Amino acid sequence: MAEADTAFLLICSVLVFIMTPGLALFYGGLLRKKNIISMFAMCFVAIAVVGVVWFLLGYSLAFSPNFLGGFIGGLNFASMANVSFMNPGIYSPAIQDMVYMIFQLMFAVITAAIIASPFVERVKFSSFIVFIALWVLLVYAPIAHWVWGDGGWLKGLGALDFAGGTVVHVNAGFSALAIALVIKQRRGYPKDLGEPSNIPYVLLGTGLLWLGWFGFNGGSSLQANGIAALAMVNTMFSACAAGFVWLILFWIKTGKASTLALATGILAGLVAVTPAAGFVEPWEAVVIGMCVSVICFVALNLRSKSRVDESLDAWSVHGVGGLWGALATGIFASIGAAGLIAGNPGQILIQLIDILATMGYAFGVSFGLAWVLKKTIGLRVNPDEEYIGLDISQHGEKL
Amino acid sequence: MKKLECYIRPEKLEQVKKGLFDLGVRGMTITEVKGHGTQRGIKLMGRGGEYCVEWIDKIRLEMVLNEKQDVEEVIEIIMENAVTGNPGDGKIFIMPVEDAIRIRTGERGESIL
Repeated sequence: MAEADTAFLLICSVLVFIMTPGLALFYGGLLRKKNIISMFAMCFVAIAVVGVVWFLLGYSLAFSPNFLGGFIGGLNFASMANVSFMNPGIYSPAIQDMVYMIFQLMFAVITAAIIASPFVERVKFSSFIVFIALWVLLVYAPIAHWVWGDGGWLKGLGALDFAGGTVVHVNAGFSALAIALVIKQRRGYPKDLGEPSNIPYVLLGTGLLWLGWFGFNGGSSLQANGIAALAMVNTMFSACAAGFVWLILFWIKTGKASTLALATGILAGLVAVTPAAGFVEPWEAVVIGMCVSVICFVALNLRSKSRVDESLDAWSVHGVGGLWGALATGIFASIGAAGLIAGNPGQILIQLIDILATMGYAFGVSFGLAWVLKKTIGLRVNPDEEYIGLDISQHGEKL
Repeated sequence: MKKLECYIRPEKLEQVKKGLFDLGVRGMTITEVKGHGTQRGIKLMGRGGEYCVEWIDKIRLEMVLNEKQDVEEVIEIIMENAVTGNPGDGKIFIMPVEDAIRIRTGERGESIL
């Protein structure tokens, strides 16, 4: 254990923290003016609620040693019992247990905030709070345990997920899709919704997400070492390549160099490189980034032509991008692991199992949870409240 | 010459504009405004009882029509595209215009429209 590692991971934790307010800007700017505050409210309350749930149970269910055969953790770490701030724990010899805990907390927070996408502009704030508190326990914690937890079954299988391509992005994306199917469209979707109300917010949010992502991927090496440096470099190159490709695709399609297209591409590139960051060479990160923009561009266009109001495209960017990233990790992994081109085709199969299990579980349980809440406490605000906007009707505040 | 001053829902602006363009109406001006009609805003139920949101976002759409354009036809297009059937769809006011001047050239009269 070295002080440098502790310092590095603490810095990475706060970098990941800033992603959630960044996401509020990114998402908020895409909405109508009357709902921007509600977007910020959802992201900030996700920090608070997930924080409390993580303290009480979440961290334990995700990371305490096995219980139920690799499906979920036990209660050893509930309320921070047995989580030492002095000694290294089971996950890394380099850092204290508590450093690992807070780093992982930031991941849970940003994942919960990403799934705000299908809730926006139409769901009661109270219902959103109940949903994400339960979602972290029922969906996020088990999946995190499978892939990263001590004794998790996907970890045992050898699934590669450097920083959360499946745990965070496939999980959030497919949960968002399921939730969108239960909550249904906003009133007036799609013809009355108009243009995003604040593009500079979106771009500033993209910048903060990108900044935070260096901590997200770099910190996932759990040590201040060369792999952390590699992960940060790959994060940079993949995002640059993806942003540029998406911009060009959109430019060709519409004749305009949209900054939203650039920002969306950057995000897709960041998502795709997440599971691969510490396992691939920089040139491979560039390839992963270039491909993800083509794939997600098609997914996003399909989604926006459909009647599914997955409003901020968590599915097409995080879900589909994460899916490609997890698969690409199985193809390209060559550093500290072996994928297809390093002569291990079996890794693709393992990655597919990882993807399908995450996708299926996230979609199924999120759908069920949303359905149960819809039938009990109700999810939608009434039509007048939706028309006035959630800023006033839910929060009594306006821009 | 007649001037039309319409108060419509912001989300209906695009459709209304498209309808007017298709009809051959060219010049128009919009302003983002807040207001309410006879309903005096929208009443909502909150934790602390009923409350009222008085100032609702609206678009004020103004245009001047020359004598060749059929005012009734224009009104019909606006109504067709701005209506939802719920209170708050807005109003149209019609007023006569005395003269019109193109600032660039000093031309006068309805030929400039």
